[in-house]
Amino acid sequence: MDFTLSAEQQMFAHTATTLFGNTCTPAHWRTMMQHDRAFDPDRWAQIAATGFTAMLVPESAGGLGLGEVDFALIAQAAGYVALPEPLVESAGIAAPMLAELAPDHALLRDPAAIIAIAPAANPVVASADVAGAFLLEKDGHAFLATPDTIALTPAQSIDPLRRVFRIGWDPAAAQDLGPADWTRATDRAAVFAAAQGMGLAQRAVDLAVAYAKDRQQFGKPIGSYQAVKHHLASAQTAIEFARPVMLAAAATVAQGDIYARARASHARIVALEAADQAARAAIQVHGAMGYSWEVDVHLLLKRALALTGCWGTPAFHRARIAARLFTRPAGPDQTFAKEQSVA
Amino acid sequence: MDLSYTPKQQAFRAEVRHWLEAHVPADPLEHYDASRAGFEAHRAWEATLKSGDWGMVTWPKDYGGRGLDLIEWLIFEEEYYRAGAPGRVNQNGIFLLGPTLMEFGTPAQKQRFLPPMASGEEIWAQAWSEPQAGSDLAGVRATAVRDGDDYVLSGHKIWSSRAVFADWAFGLFREPGSERHKGMSLIFFKLDAPGVTRTPIRKINGHVGFAEIVLEDVRVPAFNRLGDEGQGWHICMATAGFERGLMLRSPARYQVAAASLAGMWQARRNSADPLLEADVVRAFMNAEAYALNIYQTASRLSAGAKIGAEASTNKIFWSEMDIHLHQTALAILGADAELVPEPGTLRRGDHDWLDDYIFALAGPIYAGSNEIQRNIIAERMLGLPR
Ligand SMILES: Cc1cc2nc3c(=O)[nH]c(=O)nc-3n(C[C@H](O)[C@H](O)[C@H](O)COP(=O)(O)OP(=O)(O)OC[C@H]3O[C@@H](n4cnc5c(N)ncnc54)[C@H](O)[C@@H]3O)c2cc1C
Repeated sequence: MDFTLSAEQQMFAHTATTLFGNTCTPAHWRTMMQHDRAFDPDRWAQIAATGFTAMLVPESAGGLGLGEVDFALIAQAAGYVALPEPLVESAGIAAPMLAELAPDHALLRDPAAIIAIAPAANPVVASADVAGAFLLEKDGHAFLATPDTIALTPAQSIDPLRRVFRIGWDPAAAQDLGPADWTRATDRAAVFAAAQGMGLAQRAVDLAVAYAKDRQQFGKPIGSYQAVKHHLASAQTAIEFARPVMLAAAATVAQGDIYARARASHARIVALEAADQAARAAIQVHGAMGYSWEVDVHLLLKRALALTGCWGTPAFHRARIAARLFTRPAGPDQTFAKEQSVA
Repeated sequence: MDLSYTPKQQAFRAEVRHWLEAHVPADPLEHYDASRAGFEAHRAWEATLKSGDWGMVTWPKDYGGRGLDLIEWLIFEEEYYRAGAPGRVNQNGIFLLGPTLMEFGTPAQKQRFLPPMASGEEIWAQAWSEPQAGSDLAGVRATAVRDGDDYVLSGHKIWSSRAVFADWAFGLFREPGSERHKGMSLIFFKLDAPGVTRTPIRKINGHVGFAEIVLEDVRVPAFNRLGDEGQGWHICMATAGFERGLMLRSPARYQVAAASLAGMWQARRNSADPLLEADVVRAFMNAEAYALNIYQTASRLSAGAKIGAEASTNKIFWSEMDIHLHQTALAILGADAELVPEPGTLRRGDHDWLDDYIFALAGPIYAGSNEIQRNIIAERMLGLPR
């Protein structure tokens, strides 16, 4: 039993934090929004060069063969900067699925490839305009399609740094990769949404703390008032009790059982709630500034809102936890339970 | 990161389970705050625990423990709560003063105080709060005057849990004339010493769960001072860290309650408000989240880290979770919620949801109120100005 991160994990996360922090600055968000863009090819090239896109692809399929905990730390750093690029969808969810179904596929050997993924639950596909391939769910199968066979209709997300599209496609024009583990994809999506939520939440608290130290009213920094302090302390508390769930969920995705599913869902629910709580607290602490387009906190709120709806609603995820709670033993000796394999 | 138990840890769990199955009393003991008899029954249980060397498993063998690590302590606690074993009457000793003694005590002090603490021969109360010094603990007025090799203690303490029946107290006293955080010392005194008067105070559940303590020229040897003279505040904050951060409320307590709640929900769901299922699931999630957080903290501490201000987030989380869980239980009970269980009807492992709810309401007050914890988080974790 060891719940600490390894030195390599911390180093990878540090690389991500630095890369994202240097390139995905508030000024850069603003430039992208001005030009109505949600994809920066230069940053994507750098992301591909660091190996983040190959992390969840096994070595036998040309990847780095790392695990969900490793990638979750990258997703958390991506959340902290509300990264516009589809790193999580492509590298965190689509690539490992493709590697399971078609380990020899050339896309897996191209670190810059963007694979869009369209589970039946999602009404829209993120970053479909820059995707080099699509993984599509139909009747439990995964279909692989090239962009020229997909009809894209832009939809407008409330999140200005997220491009979403309704898609039309014809299974006859796509390659049927056979039955696919969409549940596993949902688990990964849940864990990495949770990781992004942790990043979003911490960013919101950090922005609000910085503002509260600076902004003066009644002759004092507003951060010296308890009502302000307590909003932020409550948000930080929510973060502290979502993060270990997220990490544990990442560590158990591979288990693939009812316990792993419940934990992934738990992580997703509480992490996105923490992000929402922190973002709303940050808006409140900023006063009218927080309600203005020019101040960045709304971007965090909107990303959290967007993530909350896709890959299963909170009610869907709560039902997965209920299934675990009501059909398996619960209690203090069951925290790290696994399904016993039937011999 | 490896979230599975080693074979050694699994064997340890089996050993604890086996021992508890053979020893935990079949019927619940009378509450330790309810009467002298209930208190003494719990003391006897502590002696039984000690007979199996289970008093405090993390302490070194020389001091009555087993020299185990924090993960093993968590496993012990998990089995302990699973077994429905009696509450720990000496929790102020073993969970608060014990770890503090381990860190700040001299070898002679450890040898003198820890073994009888582990065995329940000496049961401890915490005497910090005063009528004028609650949240603002640095306002304590009780004094310790040095007289040769002794201290002479005077003052007025209040809200001291278990002090009605306990043997010893660890109190916070100041050098006369000193101010605020300076000049304080942590000093032990016997609750039946000449000059000590204790008056029981009834809690809202009717039990005499805490006491007011008046000290008039109580003489104790300087040996009873923990740490250096004037270091009392620093030591108290370390104790408070153990209290809030890890030891006082082990996750198993809430996991057992959340599992029982799920069972009660399944038995009564047909007659209960369907919306409550979300709360039942939430209670389970909270208990799991708390457990995972504590496992993470235990791993970090084992790797050499120290408990910091994040301990304050724990205190908020467990106290709020406890209230939510018990409110949910009462909501499921519906019209039956107000009914106090008939005496003698609760069996081992049964929950007295009503009494536990009333107890949960104290959570946001003791061990530093949640308002104070939020101040600490904001100022020390987030760096907001005072
Ligand atoms: C069940 C129980 C067991 C206890 N056991 C012990 C024990 O064994 N030993 C012991 O020494 N003490 C014990 N206490 C006392 C406990 O530590 C104090 O109650 C606590 O520190 C609060 O102090 P107070 O009651 O004087 O409240 P006050 O300090 O008077 O506070 C009253 C209210 O004002 C709020 N408040 C105070 N100051 C601030 C501030 N700066 N900012 C915001 N809000 C503030 C508080 O949060 C609280 O809501 C126990 C209390 C309870 C309820």
